[in-house]
Amino acid sequence: MRDILVEQVDRLLASRSEPATLRAAESGTWPEALWDEAEALGLPLALVPEQQGGVGLGWGDAVALWQAMGRHAAPIPLGESMAAAALLAGAGITPPTGFIGLGLPGEPVAWGRRAGHLVLAPGGEVTLHAPADWQQGRGLIAREPADRPVLAAPLAEGQLPAAYGPDAALLAGALLNAARIAGALEAVLDMTVDYANTRKQFGRAIGGFQAVQQLLARCAGEVAAAGVAVANAGRAADRHGLGGAEFEIAAAKVVTGEAGGTGAEIVHQVHAAIGFTDEHPLHLFTRRIWGWRDGAGPERLWARRIGDAALARGGDRLWADLTSRDEDAIA
Amino acid sequence: MPSLQFPLRDTPAEAPALRAELRAFLAEAGRDWPPMVPAYSWMGFDREFSREVGKRGWIGMTWPKAYGGGERTALERYVVLEEMLAVGAPVGAHWIGDRQSGPLILRLGTEEQRREFLPRIVRGELAFAIGLSEPDSGSDLASLRTRAEKVPGGWKVNGRKVWTSSAHRCDFMIALLRTAPAPDPKAKHQGLSQFLVDLRSSGLSIRPILDLVGQDGFNEITFDDVFVPDSMLVGQEGNGWEQATAELAFERAGPERYLSSLPLLVEALDDLRAEPAAPEAVGRLLARAATLRQMSFSVAGMLQEGHTPAREAALVKDAGNDFEQALPETIRGLVDPARTPPQVLEMLGLMTMVARSYSLRGGTREILRGIIARQLGLR
Repeated sequence: MRDILVEQVDRLLASRSEPATLRAAESGTWPEALWDEAEALGLPLALVPEQQGGVGLGWGDAVALWQAMGRHAAPIPLGESMAAAALLAGAGITPPTGFIGLGLPGEPVAWGRRAGHLVLAPGGEVTLHAPADWQQGRGLIAREPADRPVLAAPLAEGQLPAAYGPDAALLAGALLNAARIAGALEAVLDMTVDYANTRKQFGRAIGGFQAVQQLLARCAGEVAAAGVAVANAGRAADRHGLGGAEFEIAAAKVVTGEAGGTGAEIVHQVHAAIGFTDEHPLHLFTRRIWGWRDGAGPERLWARRIGDAALARGGDRLWADLTSRDEDAIA
Repeated sequence: MPSLQFPLRDTPAEAPALRAELRAFLAEAGRDWPPMVPAYSWMGFDREFSREVGKRGWIGMTWPKAYGGGERTALERYVVLEEMLAVGAPVGAHWIGDRQSGPLILRLGTEEQRREFLPRIVRGELAFAIGLSEPDSGSDLASLRTRAEKVPGGWKVNGRKVWTSSAHRCDFMIALLRTAPAPDPKAKHQGLSQFLVDLRSSGLSIRPILDLVGQDGFNEITFDDVFVPDSMLVGQEGNGWEQATAELAFERAGPERYLSSLPLLVEALDDLRAEPAAPEAVGRLLARAATLRQMSFSVAGMLQEGHTPAREAALVKDAGNDFEQALPETIRGLVDPARTPPQVLEMLGLMTMVARSYSLRGGTREILRGIIARQLGLR
């Protein structure tokens, strides 16, 4: 099921997430055709249980789909809409159709102006809104529309079960951004290997130089770590709920944030001047990687959460805590 | 250009019970270990400890019962390894035999070799050294020159091996030797063979080399007309390079490639509570450790399925070495020497020195990255 969906999304985005569409989206043009096709595949409600009208996928499936979206730098807020619908369903509210924005503490809402609805979930209390007005803006680095809602009374309210934890929206947002970074890193690594094998200097492809090979090998290590970190977080969320997977989600956000920084640095270094131009598509990916690093909390915030918990537990518990996370569900 | 895949594995159902046994055993065995023991971790050599480990069935766990093994899974074995490393247990007297020499003998050895060596490895009685590097052949391993000449009933070996960990305390070495000249300089991988060499053989001398800490961890071994019987050839004559390369997948795949310095984090953690920069720094380390653990476990799963994940192992080793080298530096940036217990400072000081070996042993960072680059399709 997961593989089939990922393949469908990859195919859809390969044809609909072209550089021209990405550039238009950055100027505020909503990728109508792409959204419509995603909706036709049932993707916005993919994480909603079947009895509530969705597809019933889990967080691990979501991670795989979000990674695919990252691979194509998909210029639609589909991931946010999937997460928002999942939170609504979790709180017993039937998700509406169309694009639902995901509200994170202190952050503008991606493509808020196009959202029919908005979901907030502070402290596990989910509210569904239909903002009449938005203060429009756009991300400084990723340049995607990012708007702040003018809120009125909610249309519906509900409480998330305890397994979602007190900040489920932030956790879902972190998982989404981490997965997208992991996917985008795969794409820029591929682009950069291709470039290194075709660009010639000193009479040979620059990929033949050890200095370049060593950089890209390091990048491959970071890409692999990012992929494993997000898969692990998705699996933990399926086993323990979003709240119970706080450690793995935090770890994924930290690792993908670091990998995103290192990876983007390396792919730009190898591409050199051409990769620094507006014309070359590399920045359509790397600017998003940088933007997603900051979305739903930068590495610093998530690392502190992990560190605070570990320091409170102490050295004697450190290893046992690390290993028991995989085994509680089995034991 | 297929990128390397690291599918997640589930921990074996036996893991919690196995961990409980290990932790009880290690708490007792490690009660009086000075900081030097975890600082050297799997390079530490303690025959008595290895015999105790053997008694509990934790060596050769995956091997057939016919040779004393436990017929358990590679993932159960992985659990045992990571529990040992998390406390920095001195596993060196059985580590190499369990990790690579035993599996090699099991895979390619004669029935006689299996019966002769495997049960003694399992009991923690037979310690193995790795005979690969030579004075003039480090990263360019295939250029090695120590040669075995055919003589009646066996082989006559001349040359030198170097950087051989604990060889002066070991019983046997699996040596990669040249048994035929390379047909041309570009085919130097041909004509190599692997042998089991008794380290007490006549004509073989072992000179300990002090490391920068001042410990006699590794050695230079000189072969002067050392006779090795025909029965000690492992696998096929001339096929040594392929055999040794497959062995490297085992050598590079394990948790010892990212956990070498973890005991320092465990030891130092409680004293970092007052340090404002500690939560973020510790969080970053743990995020990496948890991820590397899944990557390493994934490679163990590939071994379990009978694959030879040489490239995956190279990538995990490289990423793991970065982590285990960064850990002591991170801790150093957090501790206040005036308020830190002496045993923490001692372990930190020792690991600051020992950590240099992490990205050298078992293949340097640069060689590993060369392997990864070729996998990426860079030429």
